[in-house]
Amino acid sequence: MREITLSQAVNEAIAEEMRRDPSVFLMGEDVAEAGTPFKVLSGLVEEFGTDRVIDTPISEPGFMGMAVGAAMTGARPIVDLMFGDFIFLIMDQLCNQAAKTHYMSGGKLTVPLVLRTNMGATRRSAAQHSQSLQALVAHIPGLKVAMPSSAYEAKGLMKTAIRDNNPVVIFEDKLMYQDKAPVPEEEYLIPFGVANVKREGRDITLIGTSSMVQVAEKAAEILAAEGISAEVIDPRTIVPLDEKTLIESVKKTSRAIVIDEGHQSYGVTAEIASRLNEKAFYHLDAPVLRMGAMDVPVPFSPALEDLTVPTPEQVAANARRLVAGELIHAA
Amino acid sequence: MAKAKSNTEDYLRMYTQMVRIRTFEDNANQLYLSARMPGLTHMYSGEEAVAVGICEALTDDDRITSTHRGHGHCVAKGAEFKAMFCELLGKAEGYCRGKGGSMHIADQSHGNLGANAIVGGSMGIATGSALRAKLQGSDDVTVCFFGDGATAQGLLYEVMNMAALWKLPVIYACENNGYSEYTKTEEIAAGSITARAEAFGIEAHQVDGQDVLEVNDLARKLVARARKGEGPFFIELMTYRYHGHHVGDINREYYRSKAEEKEWKDNRDPIIRFRAHLVREGIATEADLDALNAEIEKDAAEAVAYALDAAYPDAAEVNQHVYAA
Repeated sequence: MREITLSQAVNEAIAEEMRRDPSVFLMGEDVAEAGTPFKVLSGLVEEFGTDRVIDTPISEPGFMGMAVGAAMTGARPIVDLMFGDFIFLIMDQLCNQAAKTHYMSGGKLTVPLVLRTNMGATRRSAAQHSQSLQALVAHIPGLKVAMPSSAYEAKGLMKTAIRDNNPVVIFEDKLMYQDKAPVPEEEYLIPFGVANVKREGRDITLIGTSSMVQVAEKAAEILAAEGISAEVIDPRTIVPLDEKTLIESVKKTSRAIVIDEGHQSYGVTAEIASRLNEKAFYHLDAPVLRMGAMDVPVPFSPALEDLTVPTPEQVAANARRLVAGELIHAA
Repeated sequence: MAKAKSNTEDYLRMYTQMVRIRTFEDNANQLYLSARMPGLTHMYSGEEAVAVGICEALTDDDRITSTHRGHGHCVAKGAEFKAMFCELLGKAEGYCRGKGGSMHIADQSHGNLGANAIVGGSMGIATGSALRAKLQGSDDVTVCFFGDGATAQGLLYEVMNMAALWKLPVIYACENNGYSEYTKTEEIAAGSITARAEAFGIEAHQVDGQDVLEVNDLARKLVARARKGEGPFFIELMTYRYHGHHVGDINREYYRSKAEEKEWKDNRDPIIRFRAHLVREGIATEADLDALNAEIEKDAAEAVAYALDAAYPDAAEVNQHVYAA
């Protein structure tokens, strides 16, 4: 199978859907000729023109709000938010307007829009261009949240998001834009709420989102060399969440670590760990561990920044202790 | 009063719609005061000529976005009393199945994209609706209603900029009722409100919002021009709210005097003025208009009784409509 980058996969998904459905259009800062700072959207304006690939002023709340209105009245906008950190600027339009309109209208109005943005630290971009804020939006009923872990997922999830009749937020890891993965030439979609068991194992379940799937897979390699068999699962969407697959895995392995690049406290890892504790408690041999980013603003200095994000070695170390039955949270 | 027009039917409909709004609000206020309505609400009484003058220039294909003070827009855009009162009382037959209430009432069948409980929250939605119209080659126009208080929100300036850049068919209708919640507008708004729109190259007008004919005349012209791609436009409508910021804002002399309220009600009331005009011009007699009023009051009373007796939504509805299929 051919291999393409995550960036190309996103581009292909959007182009295919724009060809298929004339109501799909794209708006955001520097999305047209510039193709975004990450060049993810390069070439789209040449094919679809400036009516459907719209460069906006630097007015995030403004164009987010406009996307909501366009979506409510029959269009399918894709909003490009240059950095995930800018979500704070659009919170009212995303969380008070887009997320609630369908419910508040008793199901009469729908808001089919995609907000594509990014996440991920270790790019030396400091505290306002490095955050992984998926937990913030996953907390709000009415929003769906997809977290592609490779080019394959990025394409399939984006196509599903564009066809979904709800506001969907897609977080792409900006460090993965150049990572290649096998992506079929023929069309495919990845349904929401269906986790992917990336690697089967029997001793411990490693649940990772986005970039942390790679971290979990590398940890599993390390552990395999030591005779510990780790199962790696990528939920692919955190809203909706495929609880069943996660619970079934934990019933088999009896141990789990949840890894996500958002801050650990009150985060995605906490939510998933809590569900496993509630629904698989009697199958567990150890507490479910959370591994998120440190609860600090992302520092600039490489010497500090690299300390804030979970690594394969740290995941493997925690897994070893869980499997060995160590009392890691003894009072 | 603006110059007399010959279209009797239009005039009587405008009168009817204004009285319907006033009557709706009087009933809603009573429901609140008698503790039969959950929550609270914001009365549109006094501002009827604004919603009616503008909405009478629109078709069902044209969209509006409304505000927390939104019953007037909803009625003016064509909504029925029964489903509105049901919504205010949280009943299953409400426009939004009781899930929105007074501050989120929406009626998409008549192009009302909804009231909004965030001040200024719908400015992006209205402008986006206009962007959609332009992208899809549709000639509908969107009117964005908001108050003077909302001119303090930055979102307005972001979306006016884009609307002007892209010549979108949107009309920003600023209902300046003189008060930003409990504060005089002059204390929160520097300079001129219309000049803010003009800074983006948007043609802006200021009109007497208590004169339904003047409002309607301007709205018709601007809507026709917006359909042809000459938008966006901005209108500042000088008006007055008779009640407090919300129904519970009863003792309000610390921010405005009873004498001021009396002056607006006695001498600038949009319904009294238009009624006098209709009689003076021989379009209707006092008796005709009394009969119309009585009919509207009867409709409202029936709708209130219906809504009070109507069923609440089934508990199973609580987690319906979170996501669309």
